Amino acid sequence: MLLDALSFYNQYFEPGTTHYVIQNIVQNFPFITIILSLLSGIFTAALKPKAAMRLCFFNLVVCFCLSLATLLFCIQNGDYYIYIMGRFPAPFGNEIRVGVLETLMATAFSLVMLLSLMGGLKHIFHDVLPEKQEYYFLMMDLLFTSLIALIYTNDLFTAYVFVEINTLTACAIVMLKHSKETLVATARYLMMSLLGSGLIMIGISILYDISGHLLMEDIRKSVGVLFATGQYQLPLEVVICVFAIGLGIKSALYPFHSWLPDAHGTSTSGSSAVLSGLVLKAYIILLIKLIFRVFGTDVIFSSRVLNILFVLGILAMTIGSIKAINSRDLKRMIAYSSVAQIGYIYLGIGLGPAGMAAACFQILVHAYTKPMLFNTAGAFMDTAGGSRKFKDLSGAARKNMWAGIGFAVGAFSMIGIPLFAGFVVKYNLATAALSTSKERAVLALVALVISTVLNAIYYIPALMVLFKKTDETKTIVLHGKKKDMPFIISNGVFIVCNFVLGIMSPVFIDLIEKGLKMF
Amino acid sequence: MFVKELVINFYETAAIIVFGIGFVTLLLNRNIIKKIIGFNFMDTAIYLFLASKGYIAGRIAPILAEGTDPTVYQKAVNGVLTNVPTVEKYINPIPAGLVLTGIVVSVSFTAFFLALAVRLYREYHTLDLHEIISIMNKEENKE
Amino acid sequence: MISLIDTLKSFVDGAPVKKEDDTKLTIKKVSKHHETSFTERVTSMIEKGESKTARSAYTVVAVIMAVIIIACLIYTVSFLPHFGGADNPANSSEVVKAYIENGIHDTGATNFVAGMILNYRAFDTLGESSVLFIAATTVIILLFRHKTKEEEKIATVEEEVYEDKHDVILRHGALILVPVTLMFGVYVLFNGHLSPGGGFSGGTILGAALILYNLAFGDKSTQKFFNYNINKVVKISALTFYALSQSYMFFTGANRLPIPDINGVAGSLISSGFILPLNIGVGFEVACTMFGFYSLFDREEI
Repeated sequence: MLLDALSFYNQYFEPGTTHYVIQNIVQNFPFITIILSLLSGIFTAALKPKAAMRLCFFNLVVCFCLSLATLLFCIQNGDYYIYIMGRFPAPFGNEIRVGVLETLMATAFSLVMLLSLMGGLKHIFHDVLPEKQEYYFLMMDLLFTSLIALIYTNDLFTAYVFVEINTLTACAIVMLKHSKETLVATARYLMMSLLGSGLIMIGISILYDISGHLLMEDIRKSVGVLFATGQYQLPLEVVICVFAIGLGIKSALYPFHSWLPDAHGTSTSGSSAVLSGLVLKAYIILLIKLIFRVFGTDVIFSSRVLNILFVLGILAMTIGSIKAINSRDLKRMIAYSSVAQIGYIYLGIGLGPAGMAAACFQILVHAYTKPMLFNTAGAFMDTAGGSRKFKDLSGAARKNMWAGIGFAVGAFSMIGIPLFAGFVVKYNLATAALSTSKERAVLALVALVISTVLNAIYYIPALMVLFKKTDETKTIVLHGKKKDMPFIISNGVFIVCNFVLGIMSPVFIDLIEKGLKMF
Repeated sequence: MFVKELVINFYETAAIIVFGIGFVTLLLNRNIIKKIIGFNFMDTAIYLFLASKGYIAGRIAPILAEGTDPTVYQKAVNGVLTNVPTVEKYINPIPAGLVLTGIVVSVSFTAFFLALAVRLYREYHTLDLHEIISIMNKEENKE
Repeated sequence: MISLIDTLKSFVDGAPVKKEDDTKLTIKKVSKHHETSFTERVTSMIEKGESKTARSAYTVVAVIMAVIIIACLIYTVSFLPHFGGADNPANSSEVVKAYIENGIHDTGATNFVAGMILNYRAFDTLGESSVLFIAATTVIILLFRHKTKEEEKIATVEEEVYEDKHDVILRHGALILVPVTLMFGVYVLFNGHLSPGGGFSGGTILGAALILYNLAFGDKSTQKFFNYNINKVVKISALTFYALSQSYMFFTGANRLPIPDINGVAGSLISSGFILPLNIGVGFEVACTMFGFYSLFDREEI
């Protein structure tokens, strides 16, 4: 029997703690989510497009239910637990770590993925070549696998592998729209992502060299020792910078955002929704993990890298919005708005422990708002014969009322009107800023005000253009006259979610704070 | 002092120089094929770095073989694991595993990028990324 | 000087360098409408010169950037633990000790690296195999196309004309080399847990043998035993086997369920539990992927 093989490792199971003990079948669900998505991705290669779509949706629904069950279990349990991926406990094997924050994100992500794909379904079947449609769902399945694995992972090298899967699949879903410009967008996206991956990999190598571990908890222990003794001070700082730049490139932080408008603006609306809603967020979650679990808050706060992230966040908030004002293209405008919204997250991270909960809440809010905007933008484009330019889109919202309502809700949320989710984020960021030092508070508040004004400057004219009364009664319907039911359902659920996040925000923020405590 | 450290860590120094060259080539070269070459430079440099980190002077590759460790090998083959292989004889196996994973990842990305270059060349008849972007912008403005 | 600033600006923004392109546009416009006057020619010459400076400024920026990055990282390297030291944090950790001292007992593999990547850290390697699978799929998406009947006809004719049917040296060389390479690939594949090698290296050798066969004997004879569907089926079944067998290990491991001893006797061919079948599966997947890359880049089909 192999069971006695573990005798040597029993000392690593931390006697006295229950983190390693699996008592409930629910605790297996995160692992089942990962393997199920992976397997459905692999099987999809042999299926026809429609069957691939059904398998993808089935998998997402199952993953949502399983993640929700795990979330409820974690809230009830009140503590995180560790699930070893293999016969041996970490640091020898791999493991995943499941807490409230992780499961909350996994649940939210599976729902967003499902809704974004539903909303963009018509466009997927229109934009992607018929013989390649099954590959779209294959990529989505594997992208989902990597997102979930990145959320749960507790090992730096596993994180690297899944970051690469994420990059590859994200580039593939941009490329799958059949047009010339998506190829260029993919090339730029791929190039920047590879730079980010290279930096992350060299960071992992140096960190492994000075700490001797790959498991996040063990690295933090040895980094704490190094920090206390002052040994390897400089390499540590360099590693932190390298990780921040690498993940900044991948999550489109301000000076490294150049690939984003192309990639998000040209791809099919389902891809844009998933890319802006989820893919960018996965890297930020990894960064938060690095801050809390790899370097430890003490080291990070003394290393000044957070100040840089804070400043870059402010720059992103303003410059992203200014670029959005300048764009004459609806999808590009929404893409630049993503740059600004990512800036909010980095602002929250830069505020230190106080802003972390607000940053996490912004991750959720943006994940539920931006996909809706992209999907409605896709619906508007249908009424204008596929054009993304504002001049062709005037009155589009009147032709497609459902999309109009969705876009209005999204825009109000982004501007930060009370009752909508975006307002709660701004409010929380402002209160978090007030609890930090004076200069930071002033800077953050000024940036929030300016960014809110700028958001209004581009979203309100966009709404006015879209709702403009036009004389032209004829509507150009691109893909048949049938009502697009999946889109209407997904739009409705997105709107409801937005209000839920806006009105019941204390529940979610409470959950996030609980999760950060056990992080 | 600085130079002395670098001479001791000469593998890492070389790796870092190649890394920098590859990084900047990937970022700034206009030609897509050269970008791909730069990417391969960068990744290979990281593998050199990792491999040199796992090396321990005077030790052998982490494989138990009859030729290098006969007594332990004989016992292992007979199923008697009373004396285990000593860690003092072998180098660190972890970086080797990481490099193996990294190589596969970089092969995948190279193939993807090359295929993309083929398609881009077919559509735009040039490999200069800046030129491709300006052609694309021109076509967009025409519409 | 202005061009330098522009270049820097466009570099920071990530926007394309517009300078050169704009000049080209203006020149074209001018020549279309009326003949160029002397002053216009002079201005265009100046503009051309500027684009040249922009290019050289670009190179200078690149070199400066490379030097800065290298300098920063080299300064870091001078603080790192010494090369080859046994007491470096990475080399003296308990994990290394466990991999080497308990490796044979835990995994049954005498190649400790194989034991590490396919048993201790199998989750990473599962991700890695999926990366390869995804890459193969992306290349198929980008390059694969079903040929029309006419194109196929042309291809057959071309094959008859250009294939070196009478290239005696190539064919006889391949006849000798292909079996030897295949044998070597299988050897590396089957001994991954005992000696250097394993799924990835063995698979690449198998792929090389397939490519050589294809080069010497043409597409038609290759497609008799290795076509698109077989490629797909092999890849899917290999990865599925990998995922299922490893999820069995993950599930039983996390729930502390006992499993039968499958490690066998160390050093023998059939030993080390799942490592040998996993190596074979991964090897077949890699061989298919490598051959797929070659044939897609060569003629857009498998």
